[in-house]
Amino acid sequence: MLRLEPRPAPSRAWTWGSPLLALAITVVIGVILFSAMGKDPVRGLQVFFWEPVKSAYALGELGVKATPLLLIALGLAVCFRSNVWNIGAEGQFVIGAIAAGGVALLAGKDTGRWIVFAVLLAGVLGGMLWAAITAFLRDRFNAGEILVSLMLVYVAIQLLGYLVYGPWKDPAGYNFPQTRTFEAVTQIPKLMTGSRVNVGALIALAGAALLWVFLFRTRGGFAQQVGGLAPAAARYAGFSSRRALWTALLISGGTAGLAGALEVAGPIGQLTPYVPAGYGFAAIIVAFVGRLHPFGMVLAAILMSMFYIGGELAQSRLGLPKSLTGVFQGLLLFTLLACDTLVNYRIRLGRGR
Amino acid sequence: MDAYALLLAATLNAGTVLALAALGLLINEKAGIVNLGAEGIMLCAAIAGFATVVNTGNDWAGFAAGMAAGAVLAAIFGWLVIWLNTNQYATGLALSLFGVGFSAFVGIRYVQAKLPERPQFNWLGLGDVPTLGPALFRHHPLVYGAMLLAAGLIWFLYRTRGGLVLRSVGESPQSAHALGYNVRLIRLLAVIFGGAMCGLAGAYLSVIYTPLWVEGMVAGKGWIALALTTFATWRPARVLLGAYLFGGVTMLQFHLQGQGVQVPSQFLTMLPYIATIVVLALISRNPTWIRVNMPASLGKPFHPGG
Repeated sequence: MLRLEPRPAPSRAWTWGSPLLALAITVVIGVILFSAMGKDPVRGLQVFFWEPVKSAYALGELGVKATPLLLIALGLAVCFRSNVWNIGAEGQFVIGAIAAGGVALLAGKDTGRWIVFAVLLAGVLGGMLWAAITAFLRDRFNAGEILVSLMLVYVAIQLLGYLVYGPWKDPAGYNFPQTRTFEAVTQIPKLMTGSRVNVGALIALAGAALLWVFLFRTRGGFAQQVGGLAPAAARYAGFSSRRALWTALLISGGTAGLAGALEVAGPIGQLTPYVPAGYGFAAIIVAFVGRLHPFGMVLAAILMSMFYIGGELAQSRLGLPKSLTGVFQGLLLFTLLACDTLVNYRIRLGRGR
Repeated sequence: MDAYALLLAATLNAGTVLALAALGLLINEKAGIVNLGAEGIMLCAAIAGFATVVNTGNDWAGFAAGMAAGAVLAAIFGWLVIWLNTNQYATGLALSLFGVGFSAFVGIRYVQAKLPERPQFNWLGLGDVPTLGPALFRHHPLVYGAMLLAAGLIWFLYRTRGGLVLRSVGESPQSAHALGYNVRLIRLLAVIFGGAMCGLAGAYLSVIYTPLWVEGMVAGKGWIALALTTFATWRPARVLLGAYLFGGVTMLQFHLQGQGVQVPSQFLTMLPYIATIVVLALISRNPTWIRVNMPASLGKPFHPGG
């Protein structure tokens, strides 16, 4: 008979060991799944874990997908550490993309390079505005942020649909639901030729460093987390819970909006109904798998990016549905949560006491 | 007049999906567990039910398959949150994310599948009564099933010993434990019931309501069902009423389009989601009212003996 015995203090080793164990279990389930579908499991693993890192170009693509995941996860980590359950980052991402796209569409042939800053700023503000609705309704009306932020995802996607099917549709686009391609001047500068990875990757890494400083070296970051861990202590210390709520949502809205701007003015280059690619939801997994720690989330974002690329390759090379990505992402979070038991509990054999 | 009869009929039909799911979720919330995995469960059940009906041709086998899928997923969720004390929000979210991916993965073979034509129902011949007939007496049995379920839950929760025990587990698990009730087992059963009902709702959606399989077809109905329990301040009758209200909002968009109202369809599609937000804000405005009605241990873990 197995029994859980509480540890006196959370295990540091398992705090970082648990994501690795969860990944191992997910891989084992993956192998079983590949075999069950009559595919070579070694080939399957190759597609997910080797192909995305085997060449400079592949690494660039890895960076392209890891960038929005990391940026969004950074903001979500602030939310989750403050016990604010923003699960609507996907909507904030979409509104950021719409705002950035709106500015990018204003650019003409003779616009200066400064437009890139305007595009990114618009994205940040758009995401913040969308998250502010959730913060306002929670603050003023006590409405649960989980459901409100999630409902706003659907609203944001419909808004994008309205724009690309309606007023912003490219008149010369053969009636496809998409805006015209943005002027070249709005393109986010690429890091190197021959790869799609752009300065967004650097912004995301700088963001991770900034988050580390904010969380672990500033009073504001400390106040933010005390509210999440011990609301009573935070009240006693005079840390405002309203302030923490607004800070968390505005930061995460801003990073999600920035990710949206980088995406439409970077790899995509126009607004289409396919802008929402689930990064906002996958970033939740990145945040948890990365232990809400900036460094951990960098690794987790790369891992989740591998899942995305692996899913696409599994479709083109192995003839498996692309949705395999979602299956593995969900499984990883599931197993992680189960493995996290080991952080706070020891497994003992036999009946205690 | 007949347009309104059809609108009412469509409202009851659409509300049934929400009612079945929300009544199930009501039970596990009464026991103190929030299951944010409702959306994922409904999706997996929708494809399980649809695939079963495609292969067997039997609707009721499809419902059973949907319920079984929902119960199994809910049991896994329940084991994690009740025995391993994982965070209820995070675990439910994991279930929803997994459900979206898994249902799409399994469902890809059924995207083009068609279900056989079903006979029209006409209960006791009342379906031929003008206006009232088409509005009320031509529905699928599960439409009435949802109403009976609500009535049954009112009776169970407030008139039986079992209901009292369930509510006490949700209000004060420590006291229920001290009285000798197996809090964890009761919570698990409540979670499984919730999952099975979400499963039935998902299967009804794909087998009867739509009836076809589309990736992500639940489209937030699981989340709206979660909002409904708050909206109803955890009372079964109000859950049912709320479900029909939201069913009506969903149908209103088609009605308005039929009436030639010139609003872009995307804004009409937004309606149920915006309505959910507005209603949540209005209901939650009074924190005391919510606190009085909400099961006191909702979302909080319970450690026996600890």
